[in-house]
Amino acid sequence: MGYERQKDFGTPEVESDEMVTLTIDGRKVTVPAGTSVMRAAAEIGGDIPKLCATDNVKAFGSCRLCLVEIEGARGTPASCTTPVAPGMDVKTQTPRLEKLRKGVMELYISDHPLDCLTCSANNDCELQDQAANVGLRDVRYGYEGANHLGEATDTSNPYFDFDASKCIVCSRCVRACDEVQGTFALTVDGRGFASMISAGQGVDDFLSSECVSCGACVQACPTATLQEKSVKAIGKPERSVITTCAYCGVGCAFRAEMRGEQLVRMVPWKDGKANHGHSCVKGRFAWGYANHKDRITKPMVRESIDQPWREVSWDEAIGFAADRIKKIKAEHGPRALGGITSSRCTNEETFLVQKLIRAGFGSNNTDTCARVCHSPTGYGLSTTFGTSAGTQNFDSATKTDVFLVIGANPTDAHPVFGSRIKKRLREGAKMIVVDPRRIDLVKSPHINAAHHLPLQPGTNVAVLTSIAHVIVTEGLADEDFIAERCDADEYAEWARFVSDEKHSPEFLEAVTKVPAETVREAARLFATGGNGAIYYGLGVTEHSQGSSTVMAIANLAMVTGNIGREGVGVNPLRGQNNVQGACDMGSFPHELPGYRHISDPEVRGLFEKDWGVTLDPEPGLRIPNMLDAAVDGSFKAIYIQGEDILQSDPDTHHVAAGLAAMDCVIVHDLFLNETANYAHVFLPGSTFLEKYGTFTNAERRVQPVRKVMEPANGYEDWEVTQLLANAIGCEWNYTHASQVLDEIARLTPGFAGLNWDRVDANEQLQWPVNDKAPMGSPVMHVGGFVRGKGKFVVTEYVPTDEKTGPRFPLLLTTGRILSQYNVGAQTRRTGNNVWHDEDVLEIHPTDAENRGLKTDDFARLASRAGETTLRVLVTDRVAPGVVYTTFHHPDTQANVVTTDNSDWATNCPEYKVTAVQVTPSNGPSEWQEEYADLTAMARRIETMEPAE
Amino acid sequence: MDIAKLRRMADQIAVNFAAIGHDNAVLATADHIKKFWDPRMKAQIFADDRSRLSPIAAAAIDKLAAGADPAPQTGATDFNEVDEVGHMDAG
Repeated sequence: MGYERQKDFGTPEVESDEMVTLTIDGRKVTVPAGTSVMRAAAEIGGDIPKLCATDNVKAFGSCRLCLVEIEGARGTPASCTTPVAPGMDVKTQTPRLEKLRKGVMELYISDHPLDCLTCSANNDCELQDQAANVGLRDVRYGYEGANHLGEATDTSNPYFDFDASKCIVCSRCVRACDEVQGTFALTVDGRGFASMISAGQGVDDFLSSECVSCGACVQACPTATLQEKSVKAIGKPERSVITTCAYCGVGCAFRAEMRGEQLVRMVPWKDGKANHGHSCVKGRFAWGYANHKDRITKPMVRESIDQPWREVSWDEAIGFAADRIKKIKAEHGPRALGGITSSRCTNEETFLVQKLIRAGFGSNNTDTCARVCHSPTGYGLSTTFGTSAGTQNFDSATKTDVFLVIGANPTDAHPVFGSRIKKRLREGAKMIVVDPRRIDLVKSPHINAAHHLPLQPGTNVAVLTSIAHVIVTEGLADEDFIAERCDADEYAEWARFVSDEKHSPEFLEAVTKVPAETVREAARLFATGGNGAIYYGLGVTEHSQGSSTVMAIANLAMVTGNIGREGVGVNPLRGQNNVQGACDMGSFPHELPGYRHISDPEVRGLFEKDWGVTLDPEPGLRIPNMLDAAVDGSFKAIYIQGEDILQSDPDTHHVAAGLAAMDCVIVHDLFLNETANYAHVFLPGSTFLEKYGTFTNAERRVQPVRKVMEPANGYEDWEVTQLLANAIGCEWNYTHASQVLDEIARLTPGFAGLNWDRVDANEQLQWPVNDKAPMGSPVMHVGGFVRGKGKFVVTEYVPTDEKTGPRFPLLLTTGRILSQYNVGAQTRRTGNNVWHDEDVLEIHPTDAENRGLKTDDFARLASRAGETTLRVLVTDRVAPGVVYTTFHHPDTQANVVTTDNSDWATNCPEYKVTAVQVTPSNGPSEWQEEYADLTAMARRIETMEPAE
Repeated sequence: MDIAKLRRMADQIAVNFAAIGHDNAVLATADHIKKFWDPRMKAQIFADDRSRLSPIAAAAIDKLAAGADPAPQTGATDFNEVDEVGHMDAG
């Protein structure tokens, strides 16, 4: 599409069963009761002048530009704050209104720079538009009086400037920060003529304030006051393309606003069903990695990992890789080969990688990064509900009365949904947080959780069972729901289990460290507080009992009847953009797309017929087992698309040993990542801006990824996989990602109703999409569970093997920060580093004092697996005995410290519990020094002398 | 592969099924290993000394080594059939 501003209805949409009909400028319009006159006019194409109104914040009524005349009413009310009424007769354009509006605009313009031609918002400025709309031709007051034209510009934020001289103090930015983002970082400072927008306290600028750079204020600003630096540098966009963010699992829809092939800015799309026009600092601004100087765009090979890289043609690189694959296959058999699909890549790319491994390599040694994040979700929810996915859409949260957030930090890791939760809390919903850390949902501006259960890491199952104990023994179970929807015998057995006194909060308090009365109060609130919804993240799954915890969560939802309608449910918050899709596409070694086991001859037959091959009937290796087998000598080659297992996977020493033992490591990525230190072939990848396909977000929503610029490396990622496949003997001939989607739909019942035309029409459907649910399935398990009856599963608490002791007395838990994403490969190459340029270790004041540590000191962090050093942040956000860090920076490499303990059912690593010791340090660890040398050696690229 | 790690994996599965009773736990452990382990892992644990395993895990491995093909014991091992939407169905 060409460039045009997104439609703005002026005030938010209103939901009401009652409809109201009125007349605006002689035209009848029918809208829900409670709708503003301004919005009603916009619904029929009207354009009442406005400045302080925008449709993602409540009406404010301050600019006095949107005045209208209403038959029988006195004066000229503001249309933004006036609700419609039956039979109302509104005039939006009269000589009286013209005069009033012109007078208002005259005052605004008298204190505004008249530099439109050189202004970065020229032709994209609502103030300019309104001056034109009201026919302003001169300003009677002159420009010599007191004004704000000399105000300084705050350029502290890496992505946008605040030019106070252009501010009309409409307060849209303040209200967007309050109402949409929920951070309350902005305010109107001063009174009357001295009123100024201020970030934080008086001494603050935008960077030092509490602003989280979500961009809501920039989007709300009607002038050039708050504007992206990229627009200032490049100019106004000339076209826009709807696409989907490639960061977290929220799956925000964006308009990629372009000039030629240059991305000017990413603006959240108002019609995006996951984000409704909101964004976070990553999706909105952190896309600079796409053309970062570190990006590798030419294929490279080397005989062995101690050699420098050699840039080669695509033909040579693919031929090199194919020769090694074929040789290993001939000498060691197909089960010596495997690969890893990426949750950062599209469904189509993921589907093709697993197809390459199964049909091309001839083994089922395919796995995905979901192994190390949400594999227990698949196991746990399949067991209890019969589905491997969350039960709700994000909009469901608007009907929730009690949130139970466990092992997730949505305001940092899923910020747009975090803002939705905060909005609902400000409307009166209650919050229960189960987390070792005091996350922002426990306490932050206008947020005060009803209960925080700061449990000992590793005791999720014990806490959830004790909550269930209270619900069952105090008679709070939803017996009607259970009788109708769940297996009665299994419920009776489970109820007996949880009712045992050894599962009471009082008995388990010694283990969980959560006061029993807090558990009891939280349980009562969740069972009796109305619609209860559970949201969880990797603090649930990345444990030795990750799968058990997911089942305990499902038990809790069923016992309280919180399944099968809006406002309730069990919702895994997916860490990466396409975790759900990667799982759906058959990335796991035991199952083909559509969650069908590889051993089923009929299932295999379907794919064998379509693909023209014979498939191995045995499950393949999971990622950690691939590495074990490599060390053992039975696994020789791996193709890794879009993942950096050396940094992201646990026990770095073991990952490195596994990779180093292989004869052929093919890394397909944007950058020479840490894993590439051990690679023989590097295939340059394309960014999400350079390819077509689909992502499936955490609510099962399948959304389009669209190419807005040509791939810098020359190929979309699925094309690279096809090149490799054909080089080893496959005969693929896809010419567009849509053909892969057609194949997915043909072979996968839950996707049967999907095709590129529907995706391209931005239908944003949630699977299953098929004959039974042609418009998708926003809420699952309505009226019944997939498996017939909901299954209560006895989840005995089994303590982790990872124990603290005299040598390692503290428990380390790891997580994410708002500004960085996963291994940081993308965000570390953006302005986001200004907020977080190194991993730091959070430690409680008591533990810090005992060790003589102060904030910013260097400390040695050691476990049974390894050690590293990093700076310390002393904070009571963590409990005594617990330390916390992130894993965004390879220089720190937190996973040197984490162990190879894993979930019993899925081998999802136990990242969240590592026994450690922290001591003062005066320099990097031995490993850090060695790794720095290795990296320097491994990233050498041979430069060829030009021919004479 | 590291046999100690395979033993630990098998024991971990077994202990997490222990609450459903010995016989059921044996079946569930066998079913789990059958559905999720690669052939070389199975072969290695089949060849290992059972006394190094917990009783439930040892009995499960015995069953599998003898050629047992246990029916699905949990929802997670009850996979969709070829034309079944199942795990992806709205219900």
